[in-house]
Amino acid sequence: MTVTETAVDMSTALGSAAIPSPVLTASGCSSFGRELEPFVDLAAIGAVVTKSVQLRPRSGRPTPRMAETPSGMLNSIGLQGPGIDGLLAEELPWLAARGARALVSIAGTRVEHFAELATRLRGVPGVLGIEVNISCPNVESRGEVFACDPVAARDVVRAVREAADPAQPVYAKLSPDVTDIVPVAASCADAGADGLSMINTLLGLVIDPDTMRPVLGGITGGLSGPAVRPVALRCVWQVHQALPGVPILGMGGIRSGLDALQFVLAGASAVSVGTAVFNDPSALTRIHTELAAALAERGFARLTDAVGYAHR
Amino acid sequence: MTAGPDRPPAAEVATSALGYLTEPAPVAEEPPVQRVVEVAGRRPVGAYVELTLAAPAIAERAVPGQFVAFAVGDRTSAMVLRRSIAIAGTADGQVTVVVSPHGAGSTWLAGLRPGDAVDVVGPLGRPYPMPAPGTPALLVGGGYGAAALVGLAGRLRAAGSRVAVVSGAASADRLCSGEELTALADPFVVTTDDGSAGRRGWVTDAAAELVGGVGVVYACGPMGMLRAVAEQATAAGVPSYVAVEESMACGIGVCMTCVLPVVGADGRTRFSRSCTEGPVFGGDRVRFADVGTLTADVVGADAMGVVA
Repeated sequence: MTVTETAVDMSTALGSAAIPSPVLTASGCSSFGRELEPFVDLAAIGAVVTKSVQLRPRSGRPTPRMAETPSGMLNSIGLQGPGIDGLLAEELPWLAARGARALVSIAGTRVEHFAELATRLRGVPGVLGIEVNISCPNVESRGEVFACDPVAARDVVRAVREAADPAQPVYAKLSPDVTDIVPVAASCADAGADGLSMINTLLGLVIDPDTMRPVLGGITGGLSGPAVRPVALRCVWQVHQALPGVPILGMGGIRSGLDALQFVLAGASAVSVGTAVFNDPSALTRIHTELAAALAERGFARLTDAVGYAHR
Repeated sequence: MTAGPDRPPAAEVATSALGYLTEPAPVAEEPPVQRVVEVAGRRPVGAYVELTLAAPAIAERAVPGQFVAFAVGDRTSAMVLRRSIAIAGTADGQVTVVVSPHGAGSTWLAGLRPGDAVDVVGPLGRPYPMPAPGTPALLVGGGYGAAALVGLAGRLRAAGSRVAVVSGAASADRLCSGEELTALADPFVVTTDDGSAGRRGWVTDAAAELVGGVGVVYACGPMGMLRAVAEQATAAGVPSYVAVEESMACGIGVCMTCVLPVVGADGRTRFSRSCTEGPVFGGDRVRFADVGTLTADVVGADAMGVVA
């Protein structure tokens, strides 16, 4: 499947990095992109946002790792992944060989880990930029998510921006599980973030009424899917209103072109499609096409003209 | 090209350098496709519903052991995860599956009628590896898992194998595909826990009498049964391949929810995806006793804080 050409100019950018489509995968929802190849033209989408990578390979948590919830799901994967060595040796060359752009999601438990990962990604072919996952709820210290504290978030983002390739934009991925997301967003922008990714999952819980115990092996998990979309949209709205000059990669329950349009109108200059891929592996191509048609119907010649339109 | 049915079994079973009787199942040759297809037929079978789909692109690619993943409802459905079901058979551009209605999603699938449309992705997963032509085989099915063995039994027969089948379930209404398997198997043994059909007892009771006379064992069914059959085969020195049934959110390898601890070709245990690295695993490579736990020898456990 290829992305259909339309009259609307769908090109946009992540910071200084131009991309041909505003529709990207979402971290943790498309692995490293390979599995989507039968369904999506990976070079035509905005970028493959990788599953978060850490310094060392990680097994992830024991099963059960997921529970379906109304219009969504709870997951507790625990950042299973090959580590930075595996990413550099196997996954990034595979994507680069196909002309796909990678927005590499990085995660760690200490500021130095993030900085080292950013250093390792300098100048790597096919790496469009870095998404700093400071908001995964499935970490060992669930109460100590960097993105829940403006100071901790600032320290990580600053270290990554300083260590990263200047040509690679750095996006900070924020958590909705805070009283006020704007100060965290402002802190990340002050620390040099080229953009903000919103939102990560919300921490949730499901109990099996038969066993009368939590369903997930990790007890709690991250809630995603259309159920979280209004929360995500609210976060994008609030941050764009407060920081109109900071680019936003919007995500959270996007399933259709009209869902994506809402994020664009709220202030996102690009969107990630996550859980919807589980339901529809060709969702990225479909959503690009639907968004282009929706913009055309509303008289927009360029996607960028619609960014933040709802605030005007 | 195939050996005759009377060809004797391989004189000895090859073992891998690390002492395993099996090698990891190779990936399928054809990539999956996604199609909106029409339900061509629906037939209640005991506690289950057999659906036949007009899906030529999937039917022509499918190999026994693979599965399909259904979307439940339309693009506004509140059930956002796919339902993965083993392919029971393919013929004339059609794909047959046996649905066991238990939750809301499978109940919706079981309620589909001829003429209805459904979004399906497939064929997915790694097929059952074929043995040397003519190798006698034992196939063991639990409940609706027996359906997934029909295509394999036919393929083995075509390759010159003698095929013994044991099909078991809790009760007669939870058996399936008996008609198709009867035509392919010799012997075809049925067991039920309550004795309502065939022999009273478990599939392993019947399999114990047959495993010594075969060169390979295949199984599909619930996890406890797969474990018992795999252990039985391994104890007898016979390679076994099991198709697992783990809950999957996507079926295509991106969600990472369906993992099991499985020993790879290098002898190291990883959390392996049941969808893309399975559903067919070497029976002696699945660490059944460790499912649902994280042991220190799983690759990457140290980064989770789990150390020996």
